Amino acid sequence: MAEKYVGKRIKRTEDPRLIKGLAHYVDDIRLPDTLHVAFVRSMYAHARITSIDTSEAASMPGIVAIYTGKDIAEKIGPVPCAAALPDLKVPDYRVLATDKLLFVGHPIAAVVGTDKYAVRDAVDHVAVEVEELPAVVHVIDGVPTTPVIHEHFGDNIAYKLTSGEGDIEAALKTADRIVTQKMIHQRLAPIAMEPRGVLARYFPGEEELTVWSSTQIPHLLRTQLALMIGIPENKLRVITPEVGGGFGSKLNVYAEEALLGWISMQLGKPVKWIESRRENVAATIHGRAQAGTVEVGVKNDGTITGLRYNVIADLGAYHQLLTPAIPTLTGLMLSGAYKIPAIQMNVTGVFTNKMSTDAYRGAGRPEATYVVERVMDVVARELNLDPVEVRRKNFPAASEFPFHTATGLDYDSGDYDAALDKALDLSSYQKLREEQAKARAAGRIMGIGLSSYVEICALGPSQAMPAGGWESATVRIEPTGKVTILTGASPHGQGQETSFAQIAADELGVDLNDITVIHGDTGVVQYGIGTFGSRATAVGGTAVLIAIQKLKEKASKIAAHMMQCDAARLSFEAGCYSKQNAAAAAATGTSEPVVPVGEGPAGALNEVPVPSNGRDKLTIQEIALAAHVAKEIPPDTEPGLSATYFFEPKNFTFPFGTHVCVVEIDKDTGETKIVKYVAVDDCGKVINPLLVDGQVHGGIVQSIGQALYEEVIYDDQGQLVTGELMDYALPKASQIPWLETDRTETPSPVNPLGVKGVGEAGTIGATPAIVNAVVDALAPYGVTHIDMPVRPEKVWQLINAN
Amino acid sequence: MKQAININVNGVDQRAEVEPRMLLVHYLRDVLGLTGTHVGCETSICGACTVLLDGQAVKSCTVFAVQADGANITTIEGLAANGNLHPVQEGFWECHGLQCGYCTPGMIMTSTQIVDRNPNPSREEIRHGLEGNLCRCTGYQHIVEAIEYAAKKASA
Repeated sequence: MAEKYVGKRIKRTEDPRLIKGLAHYVDDIRLPDTLHVAFVRSMYAHARITSIDTSEAASMPGIVAIYTGKDIAEKIGPVPCAAALPDLKVPDYRVLATDKLLFVGHPIAAVVGTDKYAVRDAVDHVAVEVEELPAVVHVIDGVPTTPVIHEHFGDNIAYKLTSGEGDIEAALKTADRIVTQKMIHQRLAPIAMEPRGVLARYFPGEEELTVWSSTQIPHLLRTQLALMIGIPENKLRVITPEVGGGFGSKLNVYAEEALLGWISMQLGKPVKWIESRRENVAATIHGRAQAGTVEVGVKNDGTITGLRYNVIADLGAYHQLLTPAIPTLTGLMLSGAYKIPAIQMNVTGVFTNKMSTDAYRGAGRPEATYVVERVMDVVARELNLDPVEVRRKNFPAASEFPFHTATGLDYDSGDYDAALDKALDLSSYQKLREEQAKARAAGRIMGIGLSSYVEICALGPSQAMPAGGWESATVRIEPTGKVTILTGASPHGQGQETSFAQIAADELGVDLNDITVIHGDTGVVQYGIGTFGSRATAVGGTAVLIAIQKLKEKASKIAAHMMQCDAARLSFEAGCYSKQNAAAAAATGTSEPVVPVGEGPAGALNEVPVPSNGRDKLTIQEIALAAHVAKEIPPDTEPGLSATYFFEPKNFTFPFGTHVCVVEIDKDTGETKIVKYVAVDDCGKVINPLLVDGQVHGGIVQSIGQALYEEVIYDDQGQLVTGELMDYALPKASQIPWLETDRTETPSPVNPLGVKGVGEAGTIGATPAIVNAVVDALAPYGVTHIDMPVRPEKVWQLINAN
Repeated sequence: MKQAININVNGVDQRAEVEPRMLLVHYLRDVLGLTGTHVGCETSICGACTVLLDGQAVKSCTVFAVQADGANITTIEGLAANGNLHPVQEGFWECHGLQCGYCTPGMIMTSTQIVDRNPNPSREEIRHGLEGNLCRCTGYQHIVEAIEYAAKKASA
């Protein structure tokens, strides 16, 4: 295809409605007679309900109904968990608590009324009596044995799993030394700027339910909600309007989504619930929350012989959709960017009296990258080697791809040295080291940190995914020539309305503005999987490309029929099918011969002259009209011009890169300031560099959040003490340095676009670079590790310890 | 007891009777149907609800509608005069200053004030001016560039 749009910094087609304030998020959709819902939630981490009295609340003005767990226990199925692990204990997760309260924010009752102020008032008048129980909170020092949260399981262990390949004991024995490091990946809150929200409307006559939800997975949600509330799936429509960020937190099926649908069916009216920020921090999934010890065997020259990671994953009280599966992704990525002959992860998933952990941007892979990249620095320090050299020593060469890891993966393509070299060059690494020596001599605290990461993207082959890993696309050219793309991906800020249109515009030779990308409506779009795991472009974009190729195969047949020639005689360029004679066809290097999908290069052209009806050129729009009026199409051809393709990837993709971070620490306050940040990322082929930069920036800043500021804190009683944005510290513009970004480009062989994915690179790659820089800065103080978030008081104490 | 208020919103005089506890953001969204102003935190930290009240950027989630009685309010819907984008809106589009778009209306309203107060702001001044607005998607860099674009355009 001629690349007029792909690879260019095209500004987004979705932006005008957003910058004018005319876009519609869930709460912006207003239906007449809508009732509002507010939830009574647990203020206890662990308690037994002894009584619930709703009578006073029910008598308040505007209150229509109040539902408790006992009312609906048998009517709505449990919140689903799609993760399948051997011997996994799955608690019965009811949409409202029936017996025990297991975390702060656990929903107890739903209050429905005519006014959103009224329902919030009434929530305070629902009297919930409880018997408080001691809470299971901290897992850093091992699995808490008492109390047992789910008594019938006998203990708090949800599962134990060992993963990896190679003889780890033997591998560690061949090492000159064993390096160990304990690390904590603190609990984080995803904090999409738009909290969750649900609007549900039941049509009693049609027996149809429409649910508008701020979700990343409209189709999977439809399937699960149909099962939970017992409505036929073909009577349920899920619409995902504008979604104000997800970061994995909306890759889930939540109690509120089922409840709202069910309540609307009971009352026959639209019902709406918009999550408050306090509810969002308490009762939308959290991320990370692992505490583990990594052990690596290392030769004196820096060669890693083996890696073992023993880890406890703090899962929270219940399993949400993917809760137990997230730590398994950590296990998959423990080889990082290195050749490590033997790897083992031993993970214990533990129930705690907290909100569930699940997929937060990166989902298990940031933990792996942090473990590997931190320990590479620990190794370098122990061996007195430069961190660059230890990394380089263990990289696979570009010629070794596809590269098999001892975690069972086959990395698709890579050139890790090239990205490292570029990052060192851009950051003037050697000069930085000289500057650091001078700074230290002058009494300043300066540190340089590196991270050479690999991530696993384009999730993924269906064999490795709980509910299918393909993605779908339908491409239609309407009778007027406008192009409609229906994608099963469900973008929520990533910009696929633009990037998919770029792919299509080039492939069809049409104007970008003639293309509309539709997503997020199960009533309109064929089944799809959704947007998460850096998959939308690599899997969904490929589906668009191949659907177009299918469509063009048909268009070329119609064109050949209309121009009365053999299809092999046509060339396609700039949106036009042209009839060429054999000599011209052979001589034209720029035009694209028409090749049916899957048939390889065009064979010998037909030398016999074909009759012509007078036209020797037809635009694809003219063909679309002809296909719809269906008077001039070949007899064996269906009318219309559309094609659908479900793309099943054969492998994941493995983006990579190197980040360099420079910090200065204020001796008096312990405050860390990032003074320089260089990121070289390789996400394969780039569709739109502007969007890729945006993804990288945003990811890095979420990493800065984890490294320096953010932590969901539950106190010893399990009380959530970071329940608002006043307490949970998100990074602000003034705390962020200028980010210097660049790329190398190693195409992925997994898909014909050559793209790998970039949505999570920053959150995966950056965190260890920042912490490595802090530890490097504090090396003169004997500091070898510091746990995140690197708050000033922690640093100040380390500086002043001696 | 409802209270009568008169507020000029985006150049149009509006009269309503509201409960004294009604927040300005709910008045704009629910009474007037101007849903471009968003609620992100309810504690005046995130700035998604920022509007201009008599020319000053305020967080409409922590202002009562009755406090705005007699005031002139500009919301995101009122920014594009005669259908032409405000230079800040244009900057956000040109520089990819938004992803999910949820913080964007508040960001843009705050940004207009940054540029109004300082026609030639440094990057540091821009970042300082954005401290009351949170964005979880962009990492702020493209927002800073968007404001630089707008400042340049406005002073050209």
